Amino acid sequence: MLKIENLHARVEGREILKGLSLSVNAGEVHAIMGPNGAGKSTLGNVLSGRDGYEVTAGSVTYNGIDLLSLAPEARAAAGVFLAFQYPVEIPGVNNTYFLRAALNAQRKVRGESELDSMQFLKLVREKLKVMQISDELLHRAVNAGFSGGEKKRNEIFQMAVLQPQLAILDETDSGLDIDALKQVAQGVNALRSPERSFLMITHYQRLLDYVVPDFVHVLADGRIVESGDKSLALKLEEHGYVGIGESHPAGATA
Amino acid sequence: MNQPVSLPLVASLLDAPLPASGVTWLNTARRENRESFAAGGLPDTRMEAWKYTPLRALGQRQFASGDVAAGARVVDPSILALPGVDGPRLVFVNGVFRADLSLLESLPAGLTLQPLSQALQGDAQPLRFALSRHYREVGDAFARINAANAVDGVVLRVAASTQLAMPVQLVFVGAAAEADLAWHARNVIELGDGAGLTLIEQHVASGEQAHLATLVSDIEVREGARLQHVVLQGAAIDASLVRRSSLRLHARARVGLHVLELGGALVRHDIEAELIGDDAWLDTRGVFMPHGRQHIDTQLAIRHQALNTVSSSNWRGVASDRARGVFRGAIVVAPGADGSDASLSNKNLLLSPGAEIDTKPELEIYADEVKAAHGATVGQLDERALFYLRSRGIALAPARALLTTAFCRAVLDDLPDETLREHLAALLIAHLPIAADQSS
Repeated sequence: MLKIENLHARVEGREILKGLSLSVNAGEVHAIMGPNGAGKSTLGNVLSGRDGYEVTAGSVTYNGIDLLSLAPEARAAAGVFLAFQYPVEIPGVNNTYFLRAALNAQRKVRGESELDSMQFLKLVREKLKVMQISDELLHRAVNAGFSGGEKKRNEIFQMAVLQPQLAILDETDSGLDIDALKQVAQGVNALRSPERSFLMITHYQRLLDYVVPDFVHVLADGRIVESGDKSLALKLEEHGYVGIGESHPAGATA
Repeated sequence: MNQPVSLPLVASLLDAPLPASGVTWLNTARRENRESFAAGGLPDTRMEAWKYTPLRALGQRQFASGDVAAGARVVDPSILALPGVDGPRLVFVNGVFRADLSLLESLPAGLTLQPLSQALQGDAQPLRFALSRHYREVGDAFARINAANAVDGVVLRVAASTQLAMPVQLVFVGAAAEADLAWHARNVIELGDGAGLTLIEQHVASGEQAHLATLVSDIEVREGARLQHVVLQGAAIDASLVRRSSLRLHARARVGLHVLELGGALVRHDIEAELIGDDAWLDTRGVFMPHGRQHIDTQLAIRHQALNTVSSSNWRGVASDRARGVFRGAIVVAPGADGSDASLSNKNLLLSPGAEIDTKPELEIYADEVKAAHGATVGQLDERALFYLRSRGIALAPARALLTTAFCRAVLDDLPDETLREHLAALLIAHLPIAADQSS
């Protein structure tokens, strides 16, 4: 589904990704771990098409197409979703209105019929239940005045409504207390399916206690330096990032 | 050194004969204001109040005075209608009252609503205070020409303690004509003690034209009266429109003003509000949204003159292409207006590199125990918010439209009438330079 090869990317003239390679198949959950400054968030931003991230070499192929050539909205319509590390507050834009506009914009591009407000409301109610989000959140402006936990849950709720094929969670666990973390994890687990893949970017392994990954990769200095199964995360938890990848060649096989 | 009459605009406006009336004091006022206009001409950008609105191009144009054919101009009634509004209506076409387009049958008790031309045929004395004013400043050039040349307008009175359930609509239509016209309207509005009124003032276009219109409105809000005033300015894209609205708020009067400035090539609106009675309360909100080469200038001047008076103002500007917006918000808390509370905010968005907005909040306080806050910003759409919307599948153009609408909507949020609120919001969206349904 996703094939990243030798990806090099710069931010403000500084090279952050230095030859990152990674393959993700349908239905797999991959965790990307690594120390601060390793390039974890840059990876998420490059994949979702944010301005200011310049790809200088390498390629990203998603379902056979060149992902990097697509505008952010086209990537979304193709099924790529980024749960933001810092969800943006947008005062004045109603959460429900926004989400319906987003879903219908995607459906239109895919040649599917748009949902009317009744159909949309029905869908939203189903997903709310899964996410244990109160109705009240829907009537507020997008993320405006939300607590940290509400913002992250709102990201997962949006993911549940938009039903992406590839979900990139950028430090979705950061800043959450244990209850909020469990709720987020529950939301993610509910969306796991043989067609859907996840890329979970995280600094800590505690999210992985609740969302168990198929693969764990260590990102350091812009490259994947070690890959393994979930036991790698536990090893990291015990020993930290010091020494990781030194005895291994760069690159990942997943 | 200054020879105003040599300006084509001034000469053409002075070319028309002074309107005659059987009222001596009115004839005197017209003559005096006309003489002042002839002597003073137009203000230039050296005057602070006109610094950002040059009149050089307008000064070179000529306008025919009045519209003798106004009574026969065909106007599509649908441009007058507002959803959910079905009350009394007074309509003027190129400054001339049109009974056939107005709705004046079975007016509710306590409401006087008639064209000025008719009111002057009866007892003109109640109008004397408003209509005998002599404007002293060159900056008042358009008020002078209005005072000299206006023959029609609105006379509206709500009797004391009368609460009108239905909004009253005042519609000023600029209609296509054989020549560029100068037309004028003079409005005198008064709410008696404890009266209540919702007033909707519309400026609409019937066909393309490049007329010059001046409107001067005096609005007196007596003790404990409540006025909800909505102004919807959708003049023709080539029209020039210069308005002055003067409000006086007596003790415990409450006025809510909502202004949408969308149309016109050269638009200027002076709003002067005086809070002259204790505990008077004023809330002004507006959006100005010039695009193309439009120039829209709002000059808001609020004067607190009594104890515990409150004013809050929240204005938003959105400029695109090569358009220019101007906003000046000047608040004075006069000596003796102790315990007053004044706040003013003007936030602006520039959607194109060639667009410009000049904003200037001013605050002068001469009283004690005053709460005051003011601020102004000019910025661009939040790139992070744009990316957030796009990352969810919303294309760039609709994402920009969505954020721009959200930026403006804060101004409408407190309008009590939901149908009207949604209608105004829809007008805003339709006016956006970036269509919401564009897909790339």
